[in-house]
Amino acid sequence: MTATIEPQTGAIGRPIKRKEDARLLTGKTNWVDNIQLPGTLYVHYVRSSVAHARIVRVDTTAAKAADGVVAVYTGADFPEQAGSTCVWPVTDDIKMSHYPAICTDKVLYAGDVVAVVVATDKYLAADAGDLVDVDLEPLPAVVDMEEALKDGAPLVHEGFGTNHCYTATMPCGDYAAAKAKADVVVKRRFINQRLIPNTMEPRAVVAAPSVGMADEIAVWTSTQIPHVLRVVLALLTGVPENNIRVIAPDVGGGFGVKLQIYREEVLGLLLAKKLGRPVKWVETRSEHMVASHHGRDQIQDIEIAATSDGTILGVDVKLLADMGAYLQIITPGTPLLGMFMYSGIYKMEALNFECTGVYTNKTPTDAYRGAGRPEATFAIERIVDELAAELGMEPMELRKKNWIKHEEFPYTQIAGLTYDTGNYEAATARAMELFGYDELRAEQKARRESGDKVQLGLGISTFTEMCGLAPSRTLGALKYAAGGWEHCTIRALPTGKIELITGTSPHGQGHETAWSQIASDIIGVPVEDIEVVHGDTGRAPLGMDTYGSRSLAVGGQAIKVAGERLVEKAKLIAAHQLEVSPDDIEFKEGVYSVKGDPEKHKTLGEISWAAFAAHNVPDGVEPTLSGEATVDPQDFSYPHGTHLAAMEVDTETGKVTLRKYVAVDDCGVQVNPLIVEGQVHGGLAQGIAQALYEGALYDADGNLLTGSMGDYLLPSAADLPSFITDRTVTPSTTHPLGTKGIGEAGAIASTPAIINGIVDALRPLGVNDVFMPASPQNVWRAIQAAQGGAA
Amino acid sequence: MIPSTFDYVKAGSVDEAVAALAEAGDDAKVLGGGQSLLPVLRLRLNAPTVIVDVSGVDEMRTVADEGGSLLIGAAVTTYEVMHHDAIKASVPLLAQAAGLVADPAIRHRGTFGGSCAHADPAGDLPTVARALDAEFVIAGPGGRRTVGASGFFVDYFTTAVQPDEVLVAVRVPKLDGWGAHYEKFHRTAQAWAIVGVAAAVKVEGGTITGARVALTNMGPSPVRASSVESALVGGPATQEAISAAAQSAADGTSPTSDTHAQADFREHLARVLTARAVAKAAGI
Repeated sequence: MTATIEPQTGAIGRPIKRKEDARLLTGKTNWVDNIQLPGTLYVHYVRSSVAHARIVRVDTTAAKAADGVVAVYTGADFPEQAGSTCVWPVTDDIKMSHYPAICTDKVLYAGDVVAVVVATDKYLAADAGDLVDVDLEPLPAVVDMEEALKDGAPLVHEGFGTNHCYTATMPCGDYAAAKAKADVVVKRRFINQRLIPNTMEPRAVVAAPSVGMADEIAVWTSTQIPHVLRVVLALLTGVPENNIRVIAPDVGGGFGVKLQIYREEVLGLLLAKKLGRPVKWVETRSEHMVASHHGRDQIQDIEIAATSDGTILGVDVKLLADMGAYLQIITPGTPLLGMFMYSGIYKMEALNFECTGVYTNKTPTDAYRGAGRPEATFAIERIVDELAAELGMEPMELRKKNWIKHEEFPYTQIAGLTYDTGNYEAATARAMELFGYDELRAEQKARRESGDKVQLGLGISTFTEMCGLAPSRTLGALKYAAGGWEHCTIRALPTGKIELITGTSPHGQGHETAWSQIASDIIGVPVEDIEVVHGDTGRAPLGMDTYGSRSLAVGGQAIKVAGERLVEKAKLIAAHQLEVSPDDIEFKEGVYSVKGDPEKHKTLGEISWAAFAAHNVPDGVEPTLSGEATVDPQDFSYPHGTHLAAMEVDTETGKVTLRKYVAVDDCGVQVNPLIVEGQVHGGLAQGIAQALYEGALYDADGNLLTGSMGDYLLPSAADLPSFITDRTVTPSTTHPLGTKGIGEAGAIASTPAIINGIVDALRPLGVNDVFMPASPQNVWRAIQAAQGGAA
Repeated sequence: MIPSTFDYVKAGSVDEAVAALAEAGDDAKVLGGGQSLLPVLRLRLNAPTVIVDVSGVDEMRTVADEGGSLLIGAAVTTYEVMHHDAIKASVPLLAQAAGLVADPAIRHRGTFGGSCAHADPAGDLPTVARALDAEFVIAGPGGRRTVGASGFFVDYFTTAVQPDEVLVAVRVPKLDGWGAHYEKFHRTAQAWAIVGVAAAVKVEGGTITGARVALTNMGPSPVRASSVESALVGGPATQEAISAAAQSAADGTSPTSDTHAQADFREHLARVLTARAVAKAAGI
């Protein structure tokens, strides 16, 4: 298998330093908070301090009279106005919530908005916010999913008569028949805890009327989805779509939490329109913890059936997925993005999947790096380890016995996906070599025998994932409202410089560099001469934005086709001017020359000027030189890899130390290995953080207990080892560049590797699971419980 | 978050600071390095109307050698404590613990006196002060007074310093000939201690002749583990004896339960970590 493009200047594959980094690292750029328009007003949101209450009264009299206050609004001022919406009604009978821009009757989670203050200064706005008198009649909160489904539970949405949101099923094969043949059945309940995605830059919105065209309202927002947001803002507010310009300037991280429609964006637009002045809101970190969506939060009951020789027969999965208080953009669909992934890389006869979404009085959940796939990968990789323990098999040997062999690709797995390519053997062999697998097993044995208080465990994760969301027809079949295409326009400007307009919207990924590398190879222009334009519906009007590792997997295809179209047109003009047939033109490294007579040639610069002047272009060829393409992907892509973690566990204190981590990923062709490396490192940190540090905790009244970084722990570089990484390269055959996607792999793979390692260390003590995050207390309690202690 | 409005006074001397506090009444707060006060202000947990900044008071920025003790100005930063030659030589326990406080940025801003005056039960440096029986020099309208560590730390975030007073310096006795170790147990490098143990022991001819052990976050204030100290003194400096003595480390403590640890786990940790801290202090 080889990549389908022949590099011309060889930019693809080079570890070029990112050209956007100088401005990103120094902060000398247009973060939304850096945008300062004349006459700006400042917005402050007054939020509910309780999780569930009836709004008795919101008195704004004192706030309105306060210094600098221009306006104070409550729900009564925006009746019926939605603040967000769900575009993925996953079943026909799903109960779709209305998410008010400002609450009118009830508040449904701590952080829900009850009023908004607009003032001339952000300090005065916050001061006035304290003067809004909110009278709430507290109601019992429903916090726990299983409690929420019981008869008589308090109702989040009274009109539904239940907290049940939906149940989606996907039976593949006959699980009951598979189980009937099994010698061994292992069942576990895993808790995939609620996480709070934290970006370096919190959210922020600036909205301003009449900056451009007379009726245009511009909305600068720290978002991943300017194009989707523009459409939805028009649908939700009634402001004509052609009057809305959404700009995602440089965005400081997303991870899914900015793949959203937020009430602060809707209200920003409406306030700017109503007041006729620019308005600005910048989220505080404390606000972010409650007001930006959360991730994960599933109870996973999973069962695996196998024969005594270790042949996996089937998997049965029943999920409870916490929606939180409202459905936002893809809240109900997020757990279902993992639906196809519960068989992992393994062959089996049956996969039975069921997911029930539940409303609770908590911050809504939605996509977070991996979105459904980390949860699925965690469950299958954990249960395979448990099966190995039950069978007395070495866990890697059990995997090898069941995974799809490299010669079996393309392989249609049990959930119906066709994995185009993969080589699990190669990635695993490389990972085991880098890890020193056998030596570490020997050390583990020695520590067990000596009764060392620090035990060693080896954690394995052999994962795959699906990237490149997605063929539009597939999305339609899944009831998702929008398509999965991507757009690119490449313009050769009269002076020979290149403008590459992409519909993807980077928020730290390095698209400007990587897209330049792809275009450089296709149109033969140096990387430095290509300017990538993104994230502004005014300058890059077509696009489906950035999430789900789709930008390269889908957007990359659009760049390739657009570039090829530009070259085709340039050939026609060159041939005309050189007075030969287009077939006689040879294109190499930006130069169009006559075959056999390279002295006769035109450069791209000469051709683009000629196309601009249009004095001498061939009949039937339009002036100006560009290529554009809107491409729908042929299929998902399936990156995979083998990750190994050596975990040391202090059995006296429960403290866990990650001693060594090896990640061998296969993301197909790497456009820029340095960017791939960065994605792997960042993903690992986030996945390891779920395993060891992060977890949103609520009390019984629905108050978030982990509302600051003192309680919600994020690791820093000091808490992580130097990762050992490598790649195998098995190019995708369904993606023209041979690429697969790498944005989420680290976060998906690492969580089960870490927990498998901890459990492996403690298995002789009788431990077969540890709650995440595997804090010292959780590990210590698991040991105590296994040994019959009181804990 | 955004603090409420306040007036700011930059004090040039201790007297100026005391005068500013007297003028402001009960509604003033002293600012050192700001690493505890500013988060409180930004979260609007407290809204003082006057902030008196003592970070520029020369007298509070110096370390004086008094022979048997060091007098460390309250505004000396955690970073300076960590790297100060005399502190490293004579009170290495304090220098070592300072190196475990938060992260480098915070250590450069935060102050020894500020940490003690803030009296967070999870603070590391108050525990060291308690273990060493430090003395606290406090200035107020009536002049200066000195309070011992046992009387200084009163309750959660509460010390003997009154609203009209300023903590000027901390007098830390030198412990020449003692071994010492601060054992901090936390989940991430910059996190607060779940439990911490400050231990100093004097070993002569294989016998422990002196022991000072104090615990972090095992109650509203730093706790002296007196029963551990008495069990250690006179006994052999062996792992077995130390482990046995450490079994009483949690006796008489009243640890809190929070998102990181329940009280019973803290009690367990106190025993394990005391054994480890004392053993390291004894060079085992």
